[in-house]
Amino acid sequence: MTATLLSRDQQHRERARTRRRRMVSSEHFAGWAFVTPGVAIILLFGAVPIVWSAVMSFQRSNLLSSSTPFVGVANYQRMVHDPIVAQAIRHTLIYTALFVPGTMIVGLFLAVAMNRKIRLLWLYRTAAYATMAISTISEAIVFIWLFDPSYGIVNYALSLIGVPAQQFLNSPSEALYVIVLMTIWGWTGFAVVIYLAALQGVPQMLLEAASIDGAGPWRTFRRVTLPLLSPASLFLAVWLTINALQLFDEVYLSTQGGPLNGTTVLVYYLYTQAFQNFNFGYASAIAYFLFLIIIVVTVIQFRVGRRFTHYRS
Amino acid sequence: MTAIQAPVRGGGATPTGTAPPRRRRRLPFSPWHLVLIPATIVLILPFVWLLITSLETPAEALHFPPVLTPHVLRFANYPDAFSTAPFGRFFMNSTIVAVGTVLCNLVLCSLAGYAFARFRFLGRTALFVVIMATLMVPFQVTMIPQFIITKWLGVHVLAAVGINHLGALILPNAATAFGIFFLRQFFRTLPVEYEESARVDGASRLTVLFRIVLPLATPALATLTALTFLDSWNNFLWPLIAITSTSQMTLPLGLATFQGAHATEWTLLMAGNVMSLAPMMVIFFVAQRFFIRSVAATGLAGT
Repeated sequence: MTATLLSRDQQHRERARTRRRRMVSSEHFAGWAFVTPGVAIILLFGAVPIVWSAVMSFQRSNLLSSSTPFVGVANYQRMVHDPIVAQAIRHTLIYTALFVPGTMIVGLFLAVAMNRKIRLLWLYRTAAYATMAISTISEAIVFIWLFDPSYGIVNYALSLIGVPAQQFLNSPSEALYVIVLMTIWGWTGFAVVIYLAALQGVPQMLLEAASIDGAGPWRTFRRVTLPLLSPASLFLAVWLTINALQLFDEVYLSTQGGPLNGTTVLVYYLYTQAFQNFNFGYASAIAYFLFLIIIVVTVIQFRVGRRFTHYRS
Repeated sequence: MTAIQAPVRGGGATPTGTAPPRRRRRLPFSPWHLVLIPATIVLILPFVWLLITSLETPAEALHFPPVLTPHVLRFANYPDAFSTAPFGRFFMNSTIVAVGTVLCNLVLCSLAGYAFARFRFLGRTALFVVIMATLMVPFQVTMIPQFIITKWLGVHVLAAVGINHLGALILPNAATAFGIFFLRQFFRTLPVEYEESARVDGASRLTVLFRIVLPLATPALATLTALTFLDSWNNFLWPLIAITSTSQMTLPLGLATFQGAHATEWTLLMAGNVMSLAPMMVIFFVAQRFFIRSVAATGLAGT
């Protein structure tokens, strides 16, 4: 359009230039006008706090005094020597190491079982999906009741097969594993959905080819299906890990980090430091440490995952 | 490639395929039922037990071995729970926050996502990079300053978005980096010709967005709606920090507080739990396809 205008005489060319300048400047204006409301919110509640809490992690900041003196790396030093932080890291990693593979295996198994035309399929799928509709709080309350040491139905089931009653959430050595179980249950629906979607993308042709080549169902699964699912597996591993490292709701509700700090995970400890003791500076340092762990673990997963992940073009 | 070769090679190998194992007597039903039925029982047992307990008498609930089938269905637990804690209020608060958050996100993320997709303006790339960076940072890093900012806003700007107001639960999530990114990606897949011809016909940029682009983007908007709604409805940590008065609590927070106060009244607790769970269950099952597709979309976007 501009080309034809420019080929005309001087006057036309001049007019076209001003018009284009107006167009471009109006695009700048429109761009900023469209972007500003949303971006302002994200900057105010997302970007500014990132910098702010970084600064705060080098300050002594609490609600008791209005002054926030810089204390260098004191908060980070305190963290290194805090025995509860060490425990929290251990619990967080144990939890993640059990929860992530556990959820993936359960999800994969159920998705493979449901990825066929059989009777009652709607019932099976609905049961799995239902776990997605339940909030972490509702889930935790139900599981506290299921695993109640005195009246819980799980202890009843154990008594039927001759196992003595367990303390579960009241036991420092068992509580974390009960939380692993309840969260695996809560995430089953999500894992099934992701794997079912991925399974539906596996071309039937490849499976038939493998079976014609003489591969049994197990070999076909190992050598054909599983590699084709690897992008979904990598996504789930990363996604579940990020969520696992941020475990909070279930701990807050079922054990409050107890008994004897047996379920104190990083985010729970951070929460108590920030909003029960109001040590904003120290809590910020822990938050940044958590961020670092998440970055490191995610990068490792992508590095390792890339070697085992097959993307179809 | 192998797929093309395989049938040719396999053609000669078919005789080996008819091996003796085929002789095994077939079950009258698919063997997968043998694993799916127990798995399904385990999956729905918590729901069933929740429902049963909510209909028992306190004496039945606190009985060992557990009473698996209550003698009388005690529906009175529900009104009892309702009179101990304002579940109606919690439900309304949750609805206001979830619907408000969804609407804000649809409008603000559409605007910003469209500008990032189509307009060239000064600072576009830098701004976009900053927004994407916030996407990677966990909430725990930002929650303390977010609390301070919200508190300040409530005191100095507008009480309705301050601590202990529902606005404090909507405003910080009124636009999300994910929403902007997600819609931008979708808008970029749309053919630009419609928009250009509408502009030539004299439509304003806003008209183009609302009359031409957004109708074409319905699937993406639906996905964003489902995901934002679920997130908002189930959010716990931020309401826990931002809300202390009972009248402003959302369902998860109200339920958690109720649990703290009535930890041993299991029948009441389960009735309250059923009441807070049921609406979401109904929505979920009515719009099941919709939710499933949206959740699967996050996975496919990641792969």
